[in-house]
Amino acid sequence: MVYLDHAASTTIRPVAVQAWTDAAMLTGNPSSSHAAGRKGRRLVEDARESIAANLGVKPDTIFFTSGGTEADNAAVLGTVNARRREDPRRDVVIVSPIEHKAVLEPIEGLVASGMTIEKLRVDRSGRVQVAHLKELLTQYRGRIALVAVMWANNEVGAVQPIEEIVSLCRPARVPVHSDAVQAVGSPGLSLALPNTAAMSAHKLGGPKGVGILIHQNRYPMDPFIRGGGQENGIRGGTLDVPCIVGMAAAIKEVFAEPEATDAKYRQLRNSLVAGVQDSVPDAVVNSDADAGLPGLAHISFPGCEGDALMLLLDSAGVEVSVGSACSSGATKTSHVLQAMGIDEEAAGGSLRFSVGWSNTQEDVDVLLRVLPEAVARARQAYVRTPVEGS
Amino acid sequence: MRVLAAVSGGVDSAVALARAVDAGHDVVAVHLALNSDRAATREGSRGCCTLSDAHDARRAADVVGVPFYVWNVAGDFRERVIDDFVSEYEAGRTPNPCIRCNEHIKFAAVLDKATALGFDAVVTGHYAQLHQSATGPILRRSVDNAKDQSYVLAVLGNDRLRKCMFPVGDTDKTEIRAEAKERGLTVAAKPDSHDICFIPDGDTAGFLARRLGEQPGPIIDEASGAQIGEHSGTYGFTIGQRKGIAVDQPAPSGRPRYVLGIEPVSRTVVVGERERLAVSTIRADQPVWPGNPPAPGQEVLVQVRAHAEPVPARVETADRFAFELDVLGELFALAPGQSCVLYDAERVIGQGTVTP
Repeated sequence: MVYLDHAASTTIRPVAVQAWTDAAMLTGNPSSSHAAGRKGRRLVEDARESIAANLGVKPDTIFFTSGGTEADNAAVLGTVNARRREDPRRDVVIVSPIEHKAVLEPIEGLVASGMTIEKLRVDRSGRVQVAHLKELLTQYRGRIALVAVMWANNEVGAVQPIEEIVSLCRPARVPVHSDAVQAVGSPGLSLALPNTAAMSAHKLGGPKGVGILIHQNRYPMDPFIRGGGQENGIRGGTLDVPCIVGMAAAIKEVFAEPEATDAKYRQLRNSLVAGVQDSVPDAVVNSDADAGLPGLAHISFPGCEGDALMLLLDSAGVEVSVGSACSSGATKTSHVLQAMGIDEEAAGGSLRFSVGWSNTQEDVDVLLRVLPEAVARARQAYVRTPVEGS
Repeated sequence: MRVLAAVSGGVDSAVALARAVDAGHDVVAVHLALNSDRAATREGSRGCCTLSDAHDARRAADVVGVPFYVWNVAGDFRERVIDDFVSEYEAGRTPNPCIRCNEHIKFAAVLDKATALGFDAVVTGHYAQLHQSATGPILRRSVDNAKDQSYVLAVLGNDRLRKCMFPVGDTDKTEIRAEAKERGLTVAAKPDSHDICFIPDGDTAGFLARRLGEQPGPIIDEASGAQIGEHSGTYGFTIGQRKGIAVDQPAPSGRPRYVLGIEPVSRTVVVGERERLAVSTIRADQPVWPGNPPAPGQEVLVQVRAHAEPVPARVETADRFAFELDVLGELFALAPGQSCVLYDAERVIGQGTVTP
């Protein structure tokens, strides 16, 4: 099988497996004071310091979570709750419309408690329009609880102007949360800029079920999971030592040579995009080669259904992603493409190709060999079926 | 062969899927998302439309070890099955939504798409025996007559039946359950489906009332011609129905009354004694003939609703456009819109839609 879906989850790195299995044999709870507990705690704190050094943040701003979704929920709800308690007039949340559901759904849920949600405009490439944020910051002066904009989008790979956003929000005394799940690993990220940021280990070659919330504490945040007092009382629950050390090992490897990795991903991605455009001339590339994530290509195929294409590629041994999936597994219209002003029915079915550390040019070549026939077949099978919610 | 298995989340399609894999086919499983309003679909009882059904279907595919996809056909389903169901009732007819679904969704939209994608056949968990003979497909009742679904498949016709496989039709349901258990399929003990999947509470009259609103009219006694009650919509009735008829006075004979006729334009429901429901002639149109139409005078068995006993009948006329039968056995309550299936012993030889 050729795996080109690394944005969903990448292959685990052997160093992470080794670190994980070594730590899995340890007895004891890292919160205990005896020798077994101390041994576990030592590993956790070593991992925290190593990760902090790699990410360019201070160790005491790192909080271990069960993954990116928990970190996003914790940051969004914890910050909004604390900010409203400080000042009940803060009843507005500003969010980009292209966020992952891990951010969007908790924020949209705040409407029930009387909050106003403002969604930022994005341009055709999926980039947030900073001028709109400026307007909203003025319009809602004194009322904003949080601004949430992801670092890089998971569907089309659009990288967001986080530095600019933070520099606008800071003088207005408004905290920024950034979901950095897809972005971490790219060179030159200043993760200490936003008040909170979320990341996930398995997107980097670490284990699944572990992630990080980075909290700078420039603005307060309520605890998300209470009980036990771990992680400074922010996130209760026994620490998962093997996952944490596995994650640290993966991150260390990712940050060993970020420029070389970036160049490799770009080269594979560009070769993939050029090959697709060669064999399917009317394919439309929605991801931005210069300002997007290096390893991600989002491409629409006019006259095809995305899930038919995926079925055919899967049968031909190539694994890619289609749109976003609802709980029953049926493909729904993408809220990201909608926000970008792309008419999905007109654009045709879209696929997300994402390369990762374990890919080679040979993988891309296999895709390019099987794609033309898959597209031709999917076109034959195309029927205009409604794609509304299910 | 490359085979697409439609898996509902129930036990029958799960075993059908597993048997298709055992037979050496290259199988991909697909679950059809039929209803856009998943919260409103019935949990537990039906086995095809709920979120847990999608989960069960996926689990079966995983256990058998084949790729699994969900195809969203909610739009087609609403248009071709649900809206059709409502408008047929509104016109005083009695539709069978499962037949419509087989005709327009499962073995049309899905079969066509599967063919275009390069699949040779569609496999389902229907109880019927299908033999691909040199002269064409032969559709027979399933070995388990109590579960037989040839009645709802007869509408398909040869072109579609040529691309179908029904691998559980040769086995008793109890054995299918045992086989599912043996294969480690967790749906082995899931209850059978009976009700209409898009009517969550099983209240068909209530569903139609919400869709069509109140349309009150008289209930007329056939014998006396007198109005003996009122109803809130003819769509709440089907010919042969006995329960739920609100009349002011009992019949002079003291015997129960049945719905004899429905007149949607004047909104009249006619009721009377059971004998008046006896059917001596059946007329049907839009026939589907797997072979040549039967010759006038030929004796056949006729079935007019799912799980009804077949009764003997004699063909009066039969051609490409319609057929007419003399009913030789005892048959009660026939409503326009019902599907009428002709059998030669166990073999399906024709199908049509009952006309007035």
